[in-house]
Amino acid sequence: MARVLINVPARAKRGEVIELKTLISHPMESGYRVGTNGALIPRDIITLFTCTYNGQEIFRAELSPAIAANPFIAFFTTATESGTLAFRWSGDNGFSATETAVITVE
Amino acid sequence: MMPRRQTRRRLVTALALLAPLAAFAADIPAAQRRSGYEFMGRETRAIEDDDTGNPGMLAVLEGEVLWNRREGPAGKSCASCHGDLRRSMNGVAARYPAVDPVLGRPVDLEQRINLCRTERQQTAPLPFESTELLALTAFVAHQSKGLPIAIPDDPQTRRFGDAGREIFERRQGQLNLSCAQCHDDNWGQKLGGAVIPQAHPTGYPLYRLEWQSLGSLRRRLRNCLVGMRAEPYPDDAPEIVDLELYLAWRARGLVIETPAVRP
Repeated sequence: MARVLINVPARAKRGEVIELKTLISHPMESGYRVGTNGALIPRDIITLFTCTYNGQEIFRAELSPAIAANPFIAFFTTATESGTLAFRWSGDNGFSATETAVITVE
Repeated sequence: MMPRRQTRRRLVTALALLAPLAAFAADIPAAQRRSGYEFMGRETRAIEDDDTGNPGMLAVLEGEVLWNRREGPAGKSCASCHGDLRRSMNGVAARYPAVDPVLGRPVDLEQRINLCRTERQQTAPLPFESTELLALTAFVAHQSKGLPIAIPDDPQTRRFGDAGREIFERRQGQLNLSCAQCHDDNWGQKLGGAVIPQAHPTGYPLYRLEWQSLGSLRRRLRNCLVGMRAEPYPDDAPEIVDLELYLAWRARGLVIETPAVRP
């Protein structure tokens, strides 16, 4: 089970621009490295990250093998209404992780 | 002939007496003692400062799960004995490596965890540098974050610390370098493109961007020794712990940062 750290403000004013920060544990094995036995280490990366705000997608990122281990993704959105932010990572070998955060907009 | 030899012998004795003093003079004064954190760039410091952006915190989260997991035939978790860790583990990392009364020699935090596993939980020790051992160590050491390193100054500890100091100051490897030549005499200068820090173990296990993972002080020492083209010590060598003990004593007063981030 991948460990996830999310930083979302608990409260925000309507119309305010807020920063959302996410960090997930993942080796992000590029698929280009050679192990001690001389064989190629198979690729194991996160390929897609999405964030939905009350069901509506507000951010999407496609990740590549050049991205370092434990990807940190930070982005901005406008606080429009109270509700749930859902973060989802998916990738090689059926990797999938989801995390949610609740925000109150006044 | 005879008087001359005697003079020489006296000179040698005098030099031998001076030698520890000379070594002492090269020590970094307390006022100038600085954690590796202060040698880093602004961006890397920002990663360490933000608890939700510091990748080492992922290991601390993992460690908390392992702390509460029951292991072995005894069916005990770390929490079964130690209870509320915010009280029981507070300040522990600041006095490690510590002399184990039974073994009669110092053990570091990783070895202490493994001793607990074999003796109390009656299960297999975790291999050094395994994700699990690093996570547990990070979790325990994190409870001392912000506390100053305080190695007790008793004769027994000092004996092993002195052995560590001897290793620290001994020239070794094909490059014929000692740890002290870089970290006591030339800290703040550059080695290649990187600044030479003072080698204070304030944040172990720490997340190195170069490693893209958490790593222990053992791994760091192995790295340095390989860089000096010296033979690294095996993982269970007592010399490693002596050296770790000396480094911790040398860093006394500096605050624990676990999990630190280093470039």
